[in-house]
Amino acid sequence: MEQFLTSLLGDTIWVHIIMGALPLVFILPYALVTIYLEMKIAAHMQDRLAYMRTGWHGTLQPFADILKLLQKEDTIPTAADKILFLLSPYIVFTGTYAAFAVLPFSKAYIGSDLNIGVFYIVAVSSLVVVGLLMAGWASNNKWSLFGALRSAAQIVSYEIPSAFAILAVIMITGTMSLNSISDFQSSGIQNWLIFGGPFPMGKKLLLFPFMLIMFVIYYVASMAEVNRTPFDIPEAESELVQGYNTEFSGMKFAMFYLSEYANLFVVSAIVTVLFFGGWASPFGTFMSGPGWDAFWFITKGMFFVCVNIWLRWTLPRLRVDQLMYVSWKVLTPFALFCVLAIGLIVVW
Amino acid sequence: MNPVKEYFNGVYLGVKTALIGMRVTFSHLFTPAVTIQYPTQKMKLPERARNRLYVNMDDCIGCDQCSMACPVDCITIETIKSTPEDNLGVTSTGQKKRLHVPVFDIDIAKCCYCGLCVPPCPTECIKMTDVYEFAEFDRHNLIYSFATMTPAEIETARVKAKKMEEEAAAKKAAAAKAAAEAKLKMAQAPAAQSATTSPVAAPQPQQSAPVQVGPLPVSAQPKADQPTAENPPADAGPKQE
Repeated sequence: MEQFLTSLLGDTIWVHIIMGALPLVFILPYALVTIYLEMKIAAHMQDRLAYMRTGWHGTLQPFADILKLLQKEDTIPTAADKILFLLSPYIVFTGTYAAFAVLPFSKAYIGSDLNIGVFYIVAVSSLVVVGLLMAGWASNNKWSLFGALRSAAQIVSYEIPSAFAILAVIMITGTMSLNSISDFQSSGIQNWLIFGGPFPMGKKLLLFPFMLIMFVIYYVASMAEVNRTPFDIPEAESELVQGYNTEFSGMKFAMFYLSEYANLFVVSAIVTVLFFGGWASPFGTFMSGPGWDAFWFITKGMFFVCVNIWLRWTLPRLRVDQLMYVSWKVLTPFALFCVLAIGLIVVW
Repeated sequence: MNPVKEYFNGVYLGVKTALIGMRVTFSHLFTPAVTIQYPTQKMKLPERARNRLYVNMDDCIGCDQCSMACPVDCITIETIKSTPEDNLGVTSTGQKKRLHVPVFDIDIAKCCYCGLCVPPCPTECIKMTDVYEFAEFDRHNLIYSFATMTPAEIETARVKAKKMEEEAAAKKAAAAKAAAEAKLKMAQAPAAQSATTSPVAAPQPQQSAPVQVGPLPVSAQPKADQPTAENPPADAGPKQE
């Protein structure tokens, strides 16, 4: 893709700008679709209908929501720390957007094929925590601060099991580049790491249960990292109003909202890359190619986004102590054990 | 329970119940929604739903019974007596209408939808309908006037009624005069009869105060005149029929 653009436009800055802006082109329609999907799935799971009036089955509702947010007055509390308050939504979104740089949408398109891709994502998504803490602190509001503190505690706790899960995949594939990890699992559904990867049958069977557990661990941990129900205690309405984004309105709130949904896609995409072959077609060489790759990547990513929404409307919110229990007493020991087991299998 | 066993059991239950929950929500994803899209779709109301009141003025005889039954006094009725020559027609139940109804207001904002006004109505002209969408921006628009008479009609009816009343009063006065004269004659002429009537009449003054001796004939007079003087319009109807 980069070479193609270079040949088209010459070696100019435009190539990099286009390469950098493409994920944004994806995020905006994705966010609209996901907002719609979320409401529709939520409603139908509760035997309701959700939006029905704006357009056919309410398809124009996300646009109406965005328009409403844009029109809203952008208020800043007088007691707020103005600089941090203004900065925080953009830091949160930057942290989210930075992760898109290494997502391999297709074999041909990856913002930057870093050889430390996964590590980069883990590092960069921590920037989100900084942004959330800034938002909570700068709001000068006890609920916001509580939300931010909870969010920080939660994200930091859940990074450990998720890092273990990533570590297990890195041990198997021997690379941190997300593009290479996807490539490793190409040529058929049987080679996906959730089914044990492209190994001989015995090794596959041995790996399969551990990879399955690792997948569940990573999925649960990633859900906590993006502050989604059942792990949405940072914005638990019943306790904290809206958590760190209580004081935000208008465009700034829209930024938080957008980054929440973008983050949701990032973690779903990482699940896809780590366990479900990334852009690799499930039918080997059939339906593969740069365009199909992007199709598979986005389809798989959207599938996990939908599963996330499904879980959100199934499980009730955890208590803070339950949240910590799940992270430190369940996920971390299990992840540790699985990493050991997978390491032994890989070495053998 | 053994703590290790408890721990693993807890993890197992956590995963299992989450999966059960997911199965339940997934099955609900495809069950038809129960939503009724209100302004376009409406629920069927029960047969005896009580909503907006309606009065069929063609059948109203102005008996005021609904107004009296109303616990919140939201029905205001005014009536004008009709003259014998007025033919107000017959209700659908065959009752003769004898009163003009110039005012029949229902303040539906006060109405508590108890439905107590419906059963007393002798002609079944006031009833609860199934209309429930009658919100208004101005509260005064919620006072419904059912009366069909025009101001001119009301005026003529008033004048006629007044005239008739005056005539009746004149008649009454004449009758009263006649009765008084008759009594005077009776008191003067049969002195012998008083001996026979006194045992019957004597206990009455004893029971009531002696002061009443004066007013007694006055109160007795209208009683005697009642069929002729006081109720001519009421009796005029049946007689005409």
